Amino acid sequence: MTELPLIGGAPVAVEPHLGGAKIGVVTFPGTLDDRDAARAVRLAGGTAVALWHGDTELGDVDAVVIPGGFSYGDYLRAGAISRFAPLMSRIIDAANSDAKLPVLGICNGFQILTESHLLPGSMIKNDHLKFLCRDQVLRVENNKTFWTSDYRAGEEITVPLKNQDGQYIADEKTLDALEAEGRVVFRYVGWNPNGSRRDIAGISNAAGNVVGLMPHPEHAVEPGFGPESNAGTDGLGFFTSVLNKIVGGAK
Amino acid sequence: MPRIVVDVMPKPEILDPQGKAIVGALPRLGFTGFSAVRQGKRFELTVDGEVTDAILAQAREAAETLLSNPVIEDVVNVEVVEA
Repeated sequence: MTELPLIGGAPVAVEPHLGGAKIGVVTFPGTLDDRDAARAVRLAGGTAVALWHGDTELGDVDAVVIPGGFSYGDYLRAGAISRFAPLMSRIIDAANSDAKLPVLGICNGFQILTESHLLPGSMIKNDHLKFLCRDQVLRVENNKTFWTSDYRAGEEITVPLKNQDGQYIADEKTLDALEAEGRVVFRYVGWNPNGSRRDIAGISNAAGNVVGLMPHPEHAVEPGFGPESNAGTDGLGFFTSVLNKIVGGAK
Repeated sequence: MPRIVVDVMPKPEILDPQGKAIVGALPRLGFTGFSAVRQGKRFELTVDGEVTDAILAQAREAAETLLSNPVIEDVVNVEVVEA
């Protein structure tokens, strides 16, 4: 994970004090977006650490990104087999521990987090049954999580969305609890692209250290290579948020 | 060799998008007698030797932990089929 840049120019100036924060990016068999996620970490100023699903130790990472793709070919259910990878046990323990390891699940990573029961609910096939790839507007409903503190509450951001099993579902009681506790972190704006309940695009756990969403912030981190609206860098805030949290916190 | 068959279905309250697509296709082929389709999964677990109570219990546990997601699916049947 040393090649930078693959495309585009040199990264924009970053805050050097963030560079000491290490964010692990997990690769499963069939993961697609691990390199983009690692690149987003670096463009935000952090240090990306490659993690392998078969690893039995997390090492000294300060946060973890579970990236998108089709781990195990989405066989059985999206994320269902990855959830039982050795490294996932470590991640689940660390996320639930007092240390509150920050964990971000993107797309297939979100599916792995729901299968892991780190986040409630589940994803089923899009209501229209088609794979969909588009620039998607999201509203940041909660900017108090570890991964969204660099956004304004209510801010609208545009990042790519690309999935087939993106329809978020949970029972009404769970949905009501998520709403009441402010754990709906992102909502689709303008159009619900997959039939997700209550237009939910992303949620968090109660502590706010674990966040999952279907759209892809790691594909919107560099001017000229993201969605055309705004600067195309609306996704960068996820990574600067957690880096600032890590650097400003115990580290 | 005996097999343990596990059937998993989407929970009744959950809309099954695949079943909905299938029920839409049936009348186009002249199959007009069906008002709804729900699509589930059937797993066949092959056992080397006899299916003991312990192995059957393992199959039930596997069905609840890995083969199904209790948020969206129900295990509707676990049975032994002698080959």
